[in-house]
Amino acid sequence: MEFQDGLAPAAECEGDMLVPADDVREHLVVVGNGMAGCRAVEELLARDAGRYRVTIFGAEPYVNYNRIMLSPVLAGEKTFEQIVINDRAWYDDNSIELIAGDPVASIDRDAKCVTAQSGRTVHYDKLLIATGSDPFIIPVPGKDLPGVISFRDMKDVDAMLAAAEAGKAAGGGSAVVIGGGLLGLEAAHGLTLRGMKVTVIHLMDTLMERQLDEAAGWLLKSALEGRGQTILTGADTEAIYGDGKVEGVRLKDGREIPASLVVMAVGIRPSTALAREAGLEVNRGIKVDDHMVTSDPDVLAVGECVEHDGNVYGLVAPLWDMCRSLADGLTDQHSGYIGSVTSTKLKVAGLDVFSAGDFSGGEGCEDIVLRDASRGVYKRVIVKDDRIVGAVLYGDTVDGGWYFDMLKREENVADIRDLLIFGHAFASGGGALDPKAAVAALSDDAEICGCNGVSKGQVVSCIEAGNCSLDAVRATCKASASCGSCTGVVENLLAVVLGDDVKSGPKTMCKCTSFTHDDVRREIVAQNMRSIPEVMQLLHWSTPDGCSSCRPALNYHLLCALPGEYQDDQQSRFVNERMHANIQKDGTYSVVPRMWGGLTNPRELRAIADVVEKFNAPMVKVTGGQRLDIFGIKKEDLPAVWADLNAAGMVSGHAYGKSLRTVKTCVGSEWCRFGTQDSTGLGVKIERMTWGSWMPHKFKIAVSGCPRNCAEATIKDFGVVCVDSGYELHVGGNGGIHVRATDLLCKVATEQEAMDYCAAFTQLYREEARYLERTAPWIERVGVDYIKSRIVEDDAGREALRARFLYSQSFSQEDPWAERVAGAQADLHQPLAPIAIAAE
Amino acid sequence: MTDWIDIGTLADIPRRGARTVQIGGDKEIAVFRTGDDQVFALVNECPHKKGPLSQGIVHGHSVACPLHNWNIALKTGEAQGADSGCTPTIAVRQEGARIWIARPVAVQVAA
Repeated sequence: MEFQDGLAPAAECEGDMLVPADDVREHLVVVGNGMAGCRAVEELLARDAGRYRVTIFGAEPYVNYNRIMLSPVLAGEKTFEQIVINDRAWYDDNSIELIAGDPVASIDRDAKCVTAQSGRTVHYDKLLIATGSDPFIIPVPGKDLPGVISFRDMKDVDAMLAAAEAGKAAGGGSAVVIGGGLLGLEAAHGLTLRGMKVTVIHLMDTLMERQLDEAAGWLLKSALEGRGQTILTGADTEAIYGDGKVEGVRLKDGREIPASLVVMAVGIRPSTALAREAGLEVNRGIKVDDHMVTSDPDVLAVGECVEHDGNVYGLVAPLWDMCRSLADGLTDQHSGYIGSVTSTKLKVAGLDVFSAGDFSGGEGCEDIVLRDASRGVYKRVIVKDDRIVGAVLYGDTVDGGWYFDMLKREENVADIRDLLIFGHAFASGGGALDPKAAVAALSDDAEICGCNGVSKGQVVSCIEAGNCSLDAVRATCKASASCGSCTGVVENLLAVVLGDDVKSGPKTMCKCTSFTHDDVRREIVAQNMRSIPEVMQLLHWSTPDGCSSCRPALNYHLLCALPGEYQDDQQSRFVNERMHANIQKDGTYSVVPRMWGGLTNPRELRAIADVVEKFNAPMVKVTGGQRLDIFGIKKEDLPAVWADLNAAGMVSGHAYGKSLRTVKTCVGSEWCRFGTQDSTGLGVKIERMTWGSWMPHKFKIAVSGCPRNCAEATIKDFGVVCVDSGYELHVGGNGGIHVRATDLLCKVATEQEAMDYCAAFTQLYREEARYLERTAPWIERVGVDYIKSRIVEDDAGREALRARFLYSQSFSQEDPWAERVAGAQADLHQPLAPIAIAAE
Repeated sequence: MTDWIDIGTLADIPRRGARTVQIGGDKEIAVFRTGDDQVFALVNECPHKKGPLSQGIVHGHSVACPLHNWNIALKTGEAQGADSGCTPTIAVRQEGARIWIARPVAVQVAA
């Protein structure tokens, strides 16, 4: 071991890690496995990966995670796995020893070793203290009751989730959040989303008074009250009461607020006890110089636990700067930390709040204010000596980064002062919004990603190093990998740097969101979202109610995820699916009744003929899907047409839907001299099973009775070709613009198996393809081997898919025509007012 | 002076949807209700190929034409984005829940 070969100065350090005898590197021990400690190590690795042997102690039993993303975890927008910054593999790959769940209890600076709670002792050459901060607990009676927690770590989030669950079981729980600052409001938001009745108690008169002025604080308060929270400002807590556990909070004015959970989020204090006991110089925080060195040259400190030049910081951004200076120092390239100017963003979905710098006003400060009450926008920029010293933005925060950048660079704004408040697009001339020009104009040290502390310069060099897609940038420099709010900026940077060479990553669903179809669909399921407004809220939609691209997609994804529960939103359906007929170029509709497997009879034919005559349909045509299409029906006449067709036993053919269209068949063994199986009969059975199902796109099936394949089964989404020994199942064919022949999925022996595989394949497509993606491009994207692995090789999985399909079908096989005939949504077909206005 | 015609109430129009008012001949007016309950009226024809705008998806203060997905601003009737063209608008007045539109002769419904 290290100390035995004479390198260590003292022999008291027992139980040091097993170190290869030839590892003579200096040992860096990091106390704190949080954002600061690990970021410091990352910066060090980036400069000189092999220089130190590294051991990290963490008090929590986890790998390094992004603490500022705890709010989205509480709100259900992220899972813990999604906020992990460095997973186990990172520690292993970099040969870092992680001792998690065992906090360091003492430091012996003379012996240069630390002792953990478990008694484990480790020697260090350099020690880095990154203990962060502790939540401040106000000393009121009852503060130690079970049910009183802070909001600092994963344990607190778990406690809040458990309280919300318990509240739900009891028919609605109540929570009090003490503290109306950033952290308190994020906790309150999360608890509200989790179904709790939340009261926020704030001592001051203005919410977030350290970041917001009175006007913005008031707007924020109104918005939160609109979401069902009770906000008590100017409220002083006297005691937390309860018998054996929390039952409520009593205010000094005598009011009592019952609650089963109290979250104290009134502030944080640098965690300095360890350093103080070790005899290091400590004021409010552990005192450090510009290279983050404490009063002991072998002990460094970084993050919220330090005091630099009289300042302590409780936000994430200064930490990135500190860690850079620290790593520079440890690798002998001293740069020096000069303090940070901070900005704040509130992570509450749908509420955009930004503040930076000093907005308290004072001598020589001039306010430029813009209020747009109806849009709920408030902007205030504070200028002193022609330089921006502060900014408060509410409701429209897109220019936050621009103001902040000018503030940090102390840029003279005299020339653009008149237009300053209207934001970057106007002030830089033109008025036309060109987001690319906006990011191009940012300085290299402008912060792009607040969650991970990534500057524009870092993103640009990451792109120039060959990371030419959003995913590659996220994986390499982490910009936009956490909360995603800077995704648009990163994409614009890609466009600026690469010009036309951008490898467009997975395309976003539409311009209303930065998420892809796959992301949105995954989150809908993961977060159990139940309505379109909820999806838009939780996933930060940038438009009030989406667009004609995303609304139908969301409606479909929700319908697929929640069969029988989701209330279909008619206003989010394309006209054809809303009118259950195909709109034609003159605004009339065509009507196609279902003919099962292409079979018909005199009664049906007579009914169709009668409809054509009765409604003066100008044309009737045999379709490619083996049925009859009646053209030229007015929307007012549709219900009457359907009533006549229903009377003859016919239902909607869904010729208009992203749904099962037809099952085309040939005549098969019953008549054909070549037929090997009853293809017509099987086709009818399959159509009876699959009709009415909504899909990502239209879906066509065919069954051919022999390999001559008269039903053209090999250009259908699902095709069956009957052979002597059974049924060949084919998938992913398409006869449209890009003709694609099917892939052979497998061969099965019985009709029942053919049906089962068909149901399972259909459901897999329904659950996993992107909206408006036919089976052909879907299979080209995921590979036919993947389809086989799910449908052919996984018996249990196939059975589960089939069961889900049939369950979903139990809700979707009502004839939509019959419902309309019975009177549902009759207004869709009738003009609004029974008045005729003579046009002159 | 504008002659106002009572055409019904807000509740008669589905939110993010539209209803039509027939004005004789084959002309129709589409009356839209947005997500934030504002009401707009346009001639029920897309400037592109005369698609019935009343059947489009209403989003924000725009409607996507059901035929070729042109986006038309409800307030001005102007086609948005790369497309150009304009559908005539009809003035709307809301009083409480009741909705009134200007008598179409006054707005020159082009034949």
